[in-house]
Amino acid sequence: MKTDELINMLANHAPPVDRQIVTRRFGTALVIGLALALLVLLTVFGIRPDIGQVAATPLFWAKLALPASLLAGALLVTTRLARPGAPVGNGWVTVAAPVVAVWLAALGLLLSVSANNRWALIFGETWRVCPVNIALLSIPAFVCVFWAIRGFAPTRPRLAGAAGGLLAGSIATLAYSLHCPEMSVAFWAVWYVLGMLIPTAVGALLGPRLLRW
Amino acid sequence: MQRTTSHEALKARETHLQQLFLQGLDGDEAAYRQFLTLLSAHLRSFLRRRLQSPEIEDLLQEALLAVHNARHTYRSEQPVTAWVQAIARYKLMDHFRAHARHDALNDPLSDQAELLADEDHQAQQAQRDLARLLEQLPDKQRLPIFHVKLQGLSVEETARRTGLSASAVKVGVHRGLKALAALIGGHR
Repeated sequence: MKTDELINMLANHAPPVDRQIVTRRFGTALVIGLALALLVLLTVFGIRPDIGQVAATPLFWAKLALPASLLAGALLVTTRLARPGAPVGNGWVTVAAPVVAVWLAALGLLLSVSANNRWALIFGETWRVCPVNIALLSIPAFVCVFWAIRGFAPTRPRLAGAAGGLLAGSIATLAYSLHCPEMSVAFWAVWYVLGMLIPTAVGALLGPRLLRW
Repeated sequence: MQRTTSHEALKARETHLQQLFLQGLDGDEAAYRQFLTLLSAHLRSFLRRRLQSPEIEDLLQEALLAVHNARHTYRSEQPVTAWVQAIARYKLMDHFRAHARHDALNDPLSDQAELLADEDHQAQQAQRDLARLLEQLPDKQRLPIFHVKLQGLSVEETARRTGLSASAVKVGVHRGLKALAALIGGHR
C-alpha cells in the first residue's frame, strides 16, 4: 500500500475523537482497584478491632497520609508517562516528597529514643508479613491500573510500568493500613515502602511486555 | 541537506500542524488528511536521517498508523511535534529491537544445500493462491481485506458487517496487507 492510500484510508470518515475517554477510564480503574483492595482486606485480613479508638488519634491519619499522598503522586506520574511526549517534570517531586518526609520523621523518632529501643520501633510485630501482604493486596489494583494505561499510548513502557506498579502499591497500602496494627513511623518508613516497591519492580519488569502497542 | 530553518518558521509550522490536527480531532476530515500529509513529509525526513532507504516507507506507515491510533491521547496544551516525535521514536526503537532479534535468529547460510532449500521453499509459497494466503490471516485482518480490497465495500459498511470498529477495519487492512506481502515474500 502506498503512503497516500494509507493517509486517505485513515482520514476517510474519521469520526470526532473523545479525548476525555482515557481520563474516565483511569477514574474507573482507580475506583474498582480501591474497591477490590478493600474487599480483599475485609475478607482475608479484616479491619483492626480497635479502629474506633485509633481513628480518633492524629497518628492514625499520619499513617494514612503516606499511601494517600503517594497515590496522588503516582497517579500524576503515571498519567503523564502514559501520554507520548508529555514531560513528567515536577511529578517526580510528588512521588519523592512523601517518602523523604516519612524517612526524616522516622530518623527523628529513632534519634529521640535510646539505642536499645530502636529495633522495636523499626521491626514492630509484623515486619515479616507486612511487605508480602501489601504486594498481595496490590494484585487486583495492578490489573486495573495496567488496563487503564493500555488505553493510553506509553512510549516509555518500563517507566510507565513502574509508576503504574507504585500506584497499585499505594492503593494496597492505603487499604492495608486499616488492618495493620503498627503505629511507629519507623516501621512504615521501612516496610510500607518496601511493600510498595515490590509491585513497582514487577511493573518495571512487565511494563515493556504488557504496555506494548 | 542544510538546516537553515529559523525559530519562527518552526513555530509557525507547529501552530499550523496543531490547528489542522485539532480540527481533525473534532471530525474535520479534510484538515485531518492535510495534517497526515504534512506530517508524513516531516516524518519521512526524520526517518531518513536514521534508517536505510528500503525501510523508511514501511516505518513511516507504521508511525502514521500509530499516530492515528493514539490520537485520543493528545492534549492541546502540548506541542503536537513533541507528541508525534515521541511516537515516532518509540516505533523506531521497536523496529530496531525487532531487527536485532530477527538477525540473531537467522544463521548465516553455511553451505549450498541450505541455499537451494530456501529457494525451493519460496517457490512453493508463491504458488499458493490468494484465497489460501488469506486463510492464514486472523479474522480481524482477513475480513477487512476481503470486504474492503476484494469486494470494494467502504470502511463503514465493512465495520457494520463484521462488527469491528471503523478504526479496527483500517488497522486490519494495513496490517493484513503487510502480512500478505510477507507471506508471499516468504520471510519476516
